[in-house]
Amino acid sequence: MSETILEVHELTMDFGGVRALNNLDLDVRRGEIAALIGPNGAGKTTFFNCLTGLYLPTKGDILLHRLDSGKKISLKGLKPNKVTEHGLARTFQNIRLFPMMTVLENVMIGRHCRTKAFVIGAFFRGPRTRREEEEIIEMSHRILEKVGLSRFENDFAMNLPYGAQRRLEIARALATEPVLLLLDEPAAGMNPYETIELVNLIQEIAADGQSILLIEHDMKLVMSLSDRIFVMDYGKKIAQGRPEEIRLNPAVIKAYLGEEVDA
Amino acid sequence: MFTLQELKRSALISLWFVFLTFPIMVVKVNSIEKTVQWRWMNVVYILVGSFVLSLLFRYFLYRKERQSGEDEQQGDNTGRSLIHRLLIVPKYRNMIYGVLLGAAVVFPFLTSSYQVNIMTTALMYVVLGLGLNIVVGLAGLLDLGYVAFYAVGAYSYALLNYHFGLGFWAVLPIGGLLAALFGILLGFPVLRLRGDYLAIVTLGFGEIIRLVLENWGDFSQGPSGISNISRPGFFGIELSLEMAIVYIYYLMVLFVIVTIFLVNRLQDSRLGRAWIALREDEIACQAMGIDKIKTKLAAFSLGALWAGIIGVVFAAKTTFINPASFTFLEAAIILSIVVLGGMGSIICLIICALVLILLPEYLRALSEFRMLAFGAILVCMMVFRPQGIIASIRRTYTYKPRNRDEA
Repeated sequence: MSETILEVHELTMDFGGVRALNNLDLDVRRGEIAALIGPNGAGKTTFFNCLTGLYLPTKGDILLHRLDSGKKISLKGLKPNKVTEHGLARTFQNIRLFPMMTVLENVMIGRHCRTKAFVIGAFFRGPRTRREEEEIIEMSHRILEKVGLSRFENDFAMNLPYGAQRRLEIARALATEPVLLLLDEPAAGMNPYETIELVNLIQEIAADGQSILLIEHDMKLVMSLSDRIFVMDYGKKIAQGRPEEIRLNPAVIKAYLGEEVDA
Repeated sequence: MFTLQELKRSALISLWFVFLTFPIMVVKVNSIEKTVQWRWMNVVYILVGSFVLSLLFRYFLYRKERQSGEDEQQGDNTGRSLIHRLLIVPKYRNMIYGVLLGAAVVFPFLTSSYQVNIMTTALMYVVLGLGLNIVVGLAGLLDLGYVAFYAVGAYSYALLNYHFGLGFWAVLPIGGLLAALFGILLGFPVLRLRGDYLAIVTLGFGEIIRLVLENWGDFSQGPSGISNISRPGFFGIELSLEMAIVYIYYLMVLFVIVTIFLVNRLQDSRLGRAWIALREDEIACQAMGIDKIKTKLAAFSLGALWAGIIGVVFAAKTTFINPASFTFLEAAIILSIVVLGGMGSIICLIICALVLILLPEYLRALSEFRMLAFGAILVCMMVFRPQGIIASIRRTYTYKPRNRDEA
């Protein structure tokens, strides 16, 4: 069994009187594709927002294991940019690209937290800054090639077709060299053909050893992709396990399809 | 192309204008002799004038709409103007820059010192516009209090010169840095604000600075201002008034060139990209690992830096400053330079600054109507060319990644 890279302990998030997340425990192991599923309003996106620092959770802890240093870092209460710096990169359910920037520039933004040049570097553009710029461009270019968008490189992000925008979001997140990639409903609104392409892409990324945690509605996609699945309902985890276990789990069936009425 | 309906509409408009302007244009009360003069000829002038103007206005509007429709059909390349096509080719672009630079260098020899003075002012606004462009155009933070930093720069030179006799060159960096510091001071409280709210707070900040300068007499000598500020030194040589004007003019040309160079570099840097990303989507920007606080403060302080430096130049040029030079109107003019300049393109912004500052000067022939004409021109610009005088060729820059295999 491979090492755990992300541990979530008893994560709770209250919005006033509404408990959106209720003592949620979750862990992701290195190199696996984990999935978080649940009916609408189960708290999946809230969970992502807590993880990435957009919300401050009421209770609980989020620990990221850095394999390079062997340390556990608590991500709770950190600013979103710090979370990304530590190695959690995400995409958004409703696409949030930078529409008036080119595709390449969008990915280059992802390199931001791994580079350093600031005002002085911008003014004088010394050898180190120039090398850094070249590296940013090259790396971004390679990532775009990987997700199959290099021919759109100099187009504005807003002019891309929908499926390509989704993939660009993934590319941008990959550019931050994440320890764990968080995908928030990557297949939302895609047609069957685009979905197949996306599955292939996610599998390719995972084959490179990238750990992935994804939220998804599309059951078929989740079942075919994931190594392990967590099921949520009303902010609580109701099941966890391998896809075939989840498929037969009565609690999951109940949450998704409702209870059978005894005649 | 003028249908009967169009003519009827224009006729109605002109009648409406006659009605509106009747009290001021036709009726003239002589309060001494207590008689009323009726100038009926004015009715005819207004009727004909507004009729023709409204027809013209609608004709241009019609033509513009037809043109933009054609552009969409033909794709974006063909609809470009001549200047556009010239600017794309580097050879022509360099030639244009060369000609502009040459014109700037010989300008003082061909014209009077009055003209040189106006041009210096225009160049100052070019730099101010470029500075504000960092904040508004790139980072997307609507800053209505920009003139405050300009005031900080001007007053830091005036006061340091008055109390300690410090020279222009010594205060130039101090003024700039002080303004940048104020930029950070303003930046902290407004970090969480966006859009309208940010605009209001920055507007308030601009007013605070002006009111402090106006009312804190012990510090700034209040509305009477500070006079006898030294002009910039030229290696210790005393310059005559005319020489000093030309000298400041050349200084400004130099500043403009340096500013364009640096702003260009900022735009194409990691920081510049972060600003644009911040403008586009703040949440996504943070999620991509960009430090919002650092990036915003950098925008505010760098923008303010240029305002401070120009403030110092302003104080040295006029040798007299008072708070009346730093009103909201000033901030609005700088902002309209940026907005009319098409938000983010440098060359267009320069042209815009020159037009906006020089136009009121050369419209002096129209005496009391010059501000009216100025306003009318602004309205027409917004209607006919909302993208700026020359729309930016491409708001963002492109990269040609080099191929590893070739190396």
